[in-house]
Amino acid sequence: MKLLEVLNARRSFGGLVAVDQVSFSVFSGQIKAMIGPNGAGKTTLFNIISGLLPTETGKILFKGKNIHRLKPFQIAHAGISRTFQNPSLFLKMSVLENVMVGRHSRTRWGFIGCGLRFPGQIREEKHIQEAALEQIAYVGLEHLADSPAGSLGFGQRRMVELARALATEPELLLLDEPASGLNPKETEDLGLLIRKIRDTGVTILLVEHDMSLVMDISDDVLVLHNGSVIAEGTPSAVQDDQKVISVYLGKGLAHAAPGEKSSMRLRRP
Amino acid sequence: MGSEILILQYLLSGITKGSIYAMVAIGFNLIFSATGVLNFAQGEFVMLGGMIAVTLSFYFPLPVAVAGAVVIVACIGCLLELLFFRPLRHHSILHMIIITIGLSIVIQEAALHIWDEKVRSLPYFTGNEISSVKIYGAAISPQVLWVLGTITVSVILLHIFLRYTLQGRAMRACSSNPEAAMLAGINISNMRTLAFGLSAALGALGGCVISPITMTQYEAGAPLAIKGFAAAILGGLGNPMAAVAGGLLIGIIEAFSVSKLPAAYNDVSAFAILLLVLFIRPHGLFGSPSGQGVREF
Amino acid sequence: MLKRLIPIVLMAAVIVAVQLLATALEKEYCLTQLTMAIYYSMVVMGLCLVMGYAGQVSLGHGAFFAIGGYTSAILTTRSFLSLQDTWWAGILKRLHVFVLREDMFGSPIMTVSPWAAFLAAMIVTFIAAFLIGYPALRLKGHYLAMATLGFAMIVHKIVLGSAFAGAADGITGVPEWTLGAGLVITGKSVARVQNYYLASGIALVILILLGNLVRSRVGRALQAIHDQETAANAMGINTSAYKLQVFIVSALIAAIAGVLLTHYTGGIGPSESSILKSVRYVALAAAGGMANLWSASLISTLINYLSLRDWFGTFDNAVFGALLIIIISIAPDGPFKPLGLWIRRWSSLARVRTGEKNHETP
Ligand SMILES: Nc1ncnc2c1ncn2[C@@H]1O[C@H](COP(=O)(O)OP(=O)(O)OP(=O)(O)O)[C@@H](O)[C@H]1O
Ligand SMILES: [Mg+2]
Repeated sequence: MKLLEVLNARRSFGGLVAVDQVSFSVFSGQIKAMIGPNGAGKTTLFNIISGLLPTETGKILFKGKNIHRLKPFQIAHAGISRTFQNPSLFLKMSVLENVMVGRHSRTRWGFIGCGLRFPGQIREEKHIQEAALEQIAYVGLEHLADSPAGSLGFGQRRMVELARALATEPELLLLDEPASGLNPKETEDLGLLIRKIRDTGVTILLVEHDMSLVMDISDDVLVLHNGSVIAEGTPSAVQDDQKVISVYLGKGLAHAAPGEKSSMRLRRP
Repeated sequence: MGSEILILQYLLSGITKGSIYAMVAIGFNLIFSATGVLNFAQGEFVMLGGMIAVTLSFYFPLPVAVAGAVVIVACIGCLLELLFFRPLRHHSILHMIIITIGLSIVIQEAALHIWDEKVRSLPYFTGNEISSVKIYGAAISPQVLWVLGTITVSVILLHIFLRYTLQGRAMRACSSNPEAAMLAGINISNMRTLAFGLSAALGALGGCVISPITMTQYEAGAPLAIKGFAAAILGGLGNPMAAVAGGLLIGIIEAFSVSKLPAAYNDVSAFAILLLVLFIRPHGLFGSPSGQGVREF
Repeated sequence: MLKRLIPIVLMAAVIVAVQLLATALEKEYCLTQLTMAIYYSMVVMGLCLVMGYAGQVSLGHGAFFAIGGYTSAILTTRSFLSLQDTWWAGILKRLHVFVLREDMFGSPIMTVSPWAAFLAAMIVTFIAAFLIGYPALRLKGHYLAMATLGFAMIVHKIVLGSAFAGAADGITGVPEWTLGAGLVITGKSVARVQNYYLASGIALVILILLGNLVRSRVGRALQAIHDQETAANAMGINTSAYKLQVFIVSALIAAIAGVLLTHYTGGIGPSESSILKSVRYVALAAAGGMANLWSASLISTLINYLSLRDWFGTFDNAVFGALLIIIISIAPDGPFKPLGLWIRRWSSLARVRTGEKNHETP
């Protein structure tokens, strides 16, 4: 079943067309990877899907319904959640509270109920906390639940973001470069975790520069370049695609930025 | 008096008021562009300019008093930047707003204690309060011509400074692209201090030239700041010419609403229009929606 | 549960202790200013919610206080005697919306009852807050500050320039408000202690409700909006609705304070709506650290009390200005926050800290 269908999405900034007539589908139960050199438009596409930026043309269908006019919070309610390329945790809150915010779309008490602490609200609050703790344990950070999010390292922030996104009970999870800033061991654990999440029935669309991770876990790979799709298929098919190789070689040599450790390395070493 | 002359009279009084607002608005813009802070204490510079000039005029001839006031207030402006804004640059906008408001109150109260609550004024630069110049039948005080002339000259000078001098260009570079400016070896902090100084000097000069007409009192700054602020936003933050247009517009609206609304309501119309503009076109009448121009001079 | 009760019990103890002390020292008259200070602090509590938790600047809360106070002052002092014979006035009289009473000079008048006037004040404030908040809260930072300031300016000018609001003299002769159960809001000296407890009680209730609110799903949503509005929205929080709601709630709290103080002092003047008043509330909220309801309400009660007792003399406004500058420069999170931080830092010194500090802002 097609869970997400992007049809002719387009977005420009001034004169620059960051996403140009992109169409693709994500099927239920998949792990789909989106790769492409820096500036290819991957994050922009994520922003379009999650409603932060409107697409200028085309449609975004989620479970067959058009969502491209919805606000981001409505899209979260519909069942799409995401992480950000720069972890955007609520730095003044604790890890636990951050993840509890993720439960927002699945809970309902408002100003009056919360002010007066109705019994139902107290029960709900307890459930929120339990569910959040469960997600924190799931990503392996239970020992940090009460630390302020601002005191965490980069890798830990990524994990908290993941837990926060999972707490919204998404059907589709968008991960924007989840492995950047992680060491090889952590990256490997992350791969296992992503698989585990998929096995619970969550469909995953991820942007990643770490090719070994991408080739390892994804069922399907989409390659973006200068805002357009240049290849789509299984990891091995994409790896052998001439266009992809030339894009990566050309880009990779010219723009080997520090920190982009594997953007030019297509095949596993 | 014919109705045309009446309209001309209102228009002239609107332009006079408006040019003061414009001057405050340009001051706002200078500081905002260089530092990203909207300085609520801008009106106090105007007030201090007037007060200091009045005091100096007891001991010195008028031109010296005015020049002295401008220099002193410019120094105060620089000092404020060094004391409060430089060390606190990384605070949030909320905090910055609150600090400038606090400064505004403290300066006002200091003025109250240094001088008193009496209303004072500089002598007319030329002529006196009853001399008048006729323009197409409308009578205006020569001081109004002084106000308009001073403001026109200072806007032109500011423009030349920003466009054609090394310092001015460096300042513009800081606002449009701070990182690049830093890489080019421009000392951004000093540019910010300079922006505060210039903006304070401009305010003080405005305070001196209007003093004979509107009088100066310790409380006179805050309303001017709010109107000038309104002018800056009305025009579109970051653009001095738009600020001049915004200032004139507010002055003229105010002058005409005096004829239509009860006197007590005469500020209401100016603020109502400000709110409308904020809600409909927050980037101002002449600004661009993308916010590209927001930090350009 | 116990942890929640401790501050409440402590606060109640302080309230009682102050009264006992005042009575013992035969300085009960001080309770009058204290009661007024408590009413003013309520505005600060609402402002803490908007500024400290949701992160939205408001320079217009004095205006909401004034809207509440003036609405109820006007309705409870203006005589509708000429309408007495209309059929609907008869119905309203039966519903106790209109009451017959005597004015200061003993002539009969028919005015709106305090309860009905209170309801009307709430409705008017709600509408005003909605109309101003809906467009204004789409603005950020300086623009929002300016919009709320412009709104406050307009309210102030209208109040000052309108005969129906008493212009520069304000409104006097506002009747006492009989709440029922023997409780009356009045400035009479016999009811001084009762009114002190009444004000403290109401303030404490608001404090508890707001305390519950900030430690709930709603409070977390507000803080999330403050911290990272985009991420909050992507996590399913309807950010614009929350901002509007919290703005309205805090405006209503300010208006409640306005109504109560107006009945307590028997009148209201245009200075309540001045920009300087709005700025004072902001100063006091900042002095308490904005996101700290307890410390903000304690500090604001104290400072307002000192100000009302004329401690600062001619330096009254200067004190507030200086307070703003000093607190924001030295301890932007309020005086209690750094204290708590130091304590935590000392106690965690023993533990080994790993993981580098990352101050990157996304
Ligand atoms: N808000 C914006 N305003 C202007 N230009 C933007 C904006 N967001 C993205 N861009 C531009 O659009 C292009 C695509 O950016 P995007 O962030 O989507 O790339 P990406 O594929 O995610 O790259 P990376 O691998 O570095 O994360 C880039 O050239 C970028 O500069
Ligand atoms: Mg990206």
